Amino acid sequence: MNSTIIPYLFYLFSFMIVVSGLLVVTLRNIFHCALFLIICLFSVAGVYVLLGADFIAAVQVLLYVGAIAVLMIFAIMLTAKVSGIGIKQQNEQVPIAIITTVAFVAIALYGLGKTIWNIKTDAVISGDTTMAIGKLLMTTYVVPFEIVSVVLLAALIGAIVIARRN
Amino acid sequence: MEISLAHYLALAAVLFGIGLFGVLTRRNAVGILMSIELMFNAVNINLVAFNRFVTPADFTGQIFSIFVIVVAAAEATVGLAIVLLIYRNFRDIFVDNINLMKW
Repeated sequence: MNSTIIPYLFYLFSFMIVVSGLLVVTLRNIFHCALFLIICLFSVAGVYVLLGADFIAAVQVLLYVGAIAVLMIFAIMLTAKVSGIGIKQQNEQVPIAIITTVAFVAIALYGLGKTIWNIKTDAVISGDTTMAIGKLLMTTYVVPFEIVSVVLLAALIGAIVIARRN
Repeated sequence: MEISLAHYLALAAVLFGIGLFGVLTRRNAVGILMSIELMFNAVNINLVAFNRFVTPADFTGQIFSIFVIVVAAAEATVGLAIVLLIYRNFRDIFVDNINLMKW
């Protein structure tokens, strides 16, 4: 990728992430929130591409945009009459939540501004990351890989058991 | 103009704060789950950015972000099943109305 265009793309994706994320947490219509969540997740996939993680970007689009967002929309559709315009969607904790959030973000930004990171730029791997990730998942990280697949299976069966009508 | 590690970390911190605000203020249980997804994404941006800038020779951060994505998928599945079950029993998914177990 042409490196001169990366800053512009980064600021474009950041703008889209922050604006659509704010709309996700503040809009009254919960269905519109789900649509803006899709935009936000797409923009995060764009940030992964800028970071050279093409496999993670593909997984993000497949799993988040393709599966989780559709699941959210299904849940919104199935829990009808609670997503109307006139219904209050936020509780009475908004002022205290604003204070907490701003304090957290300020502390995090102050901390990361103060920290000196151990940055290595010599061995940046460009190009295809899928093969390297696949090899690592089958060799070094095979035990966590198997455990996480069991977790996924347990969640699948658990969701069916919980949501089953009897 | 070079985009450094701090830019990505700042973006992730802001996104995590947005998700935190949503979790604290949303009444709708599905809205809370969507805010949690925003926080998961902020963590994943951090992992991939550290992978790119601090350990560029191996893929540890990217592999851990895959694990985070898988656990997020499991969490969304079970969470939405619980939300559907609550809706079926209470006809309501506003978490401040569901206070059966609150003393």
